Amino acid sequence: MSARRVSPLTWIATYLRLLGVQGAWNYETLLGNGIGFATEPALRSLPGGVGGAAYTQALARESRYFNAHPYLASVAVGALVRAELDGVEPQTIERFRTALCSPLGSLGDQLVWAAWLPFCSLLSLAAFGLGASPAVVVLVFLLTYNAGHLALRAWGLAVGYQRGLTVALALNNQFLRHAPMHIARAATLLAGFAVPLTLHRAVGTELSLALYTAAAAFVGALLIARVAVRSQGWRVALGLVAILVLYGVTR
Amino acid sequence: MSALEILPIVLLGVVCGLDVVSFPQGMISRPIVAATAAGALGGHAGDGLLIGAVLELIALETLPFGASRYPEWGTASVVGGALFVDQAPMPGALPLCVFAALCAAMVSGSSMVAIRRLNGRWAGQLHDEVERGSRRAVMRLQIGGLMADVLRAALVTLVLIVVLRPIVSAAAEVWGAPATMSTALVVGIATAVAGGIVWNALPAGSQRFRAGLIAAGVIAAVMVGG
Repeated sequence: MSARRVSPLTWIATYLRLLGVQGAWNYETLLGNGIGFATEPALRSLPGGVGGAAYTQALARESRYFNAHPYLASVAVGALVRAELDGVEPQTIERFRTALCSPLGSLGDQLVWAAWLPFCSLLSLAAFGLGASPAVVVLVFLLTYNAGHLALRAWGLAVGYQRGLTVALALNNQFLRHAPMHIARAATLLAGFAVPLTLHRAVGTELSLALYTAAAAFVGALLIARVAVRSQGWRVALGLVAILVLYGVTR
Repeated sequence: MSALEILPIVLLGVVCGLDVVSFPQGMISRPIVAATAAGALGGHAGDGLLIGAVLELIALETLPFGASRYPEWGTASVVGGALFVDQAPMPGALPLCVFAALCAAMVSGSSMVAIRRLNGRWAGQLHDEVERGSRRAVMRLQIGGLMADVLRAALVTLVLIVVLRPIVSAAAEVWGAPATMSTALVVGIATAVAGGIVWNALPAGSQRFRAGLIAAGVIAAVMVGG
């Protein structure tokens, strides 16, 4: 089935709305309302226009419970717009929506949150450690991160619309399957480079103090790696810094 | 601190707080960006960058997976950066401001949970209208959620700055530990957390392979930095 033409302005509106897709995020419908919000401009071209039966039924359907990684929600939005404009059966669209949630969530989490974001953080820390100015450090982070972020959203919207109900095949490509591991490896290598340099610049120019701090941090890292499960490291930091503050103000 | 001095910090808090989840998730809210921007507002971007880098080491582990609860670094980093610019010449400034930012991240994270619950209540109230395909209801939920997050970020930044500033200032006055040791300890803690998290959280292969990558990175750092 050939895709109906969607105007460039509609795509721009859809893309901009995707940037706010989590604006109404809640524990009941999760991303659901955001998907309705992002697909809405394209749904206006359904027969009957805004307020017509096709439009209201499609908007209601697209605003129900949905969960995915926010960046890869663009894949869902593109594919769902295509399905709605092609007049695919409502039951098929609902089954398709449900089936998309899990892969778009896990792929996005692995690719973006567990790989791309730490990589970009470590890249900016490396710039800091090498003595870059505040503007350069911030630009290194924002430009690198958002080159990936904005491109991923645009790719998702395009591939979702092109592939429609067969978009799962696009998610199964070699690049997407292997990218998280390669980026995570690059981030690990970068961590070895960036973290000691960051420590050195933050502690100051006194080399012996930096070396003692690095040695203590290495032992601390080994302990934290053994005892802390994911998302608890900041609590460990809070506890240790609290002890340091207590010592500092009572001394 | 006058209202005119607080206003730009609150506005920056709104931009960074909104970015965490609602709009546009371009990671303006990461500590290395948000704290540096707060420092720049106070005329000392370099100080903002220093605390931003320390907080970024700790925040490396905070990955906003789905519905999980996590510290909100956007407003917290703005608060931490603004406080540090104020206190930077004092010996205990870095540990005190890092501690303040960590507390702020915890409080602000809880405020995000409250907003998500509020959004859920509104979604429940407008459920029938949304099910009828009402464009107005869908827009109201989305814009209402965004506006609520704007308000949350503004309030959290304002309250935290107003509450934490005198506390940090008073603590800095009585700080008794040497400045270099205080700074080294807080940086060491942040580095230890970052190291532990890199080891645990990055899916980069076997332990041996990860150890090799990290060692190669360290050797490169020694060659470049030494």
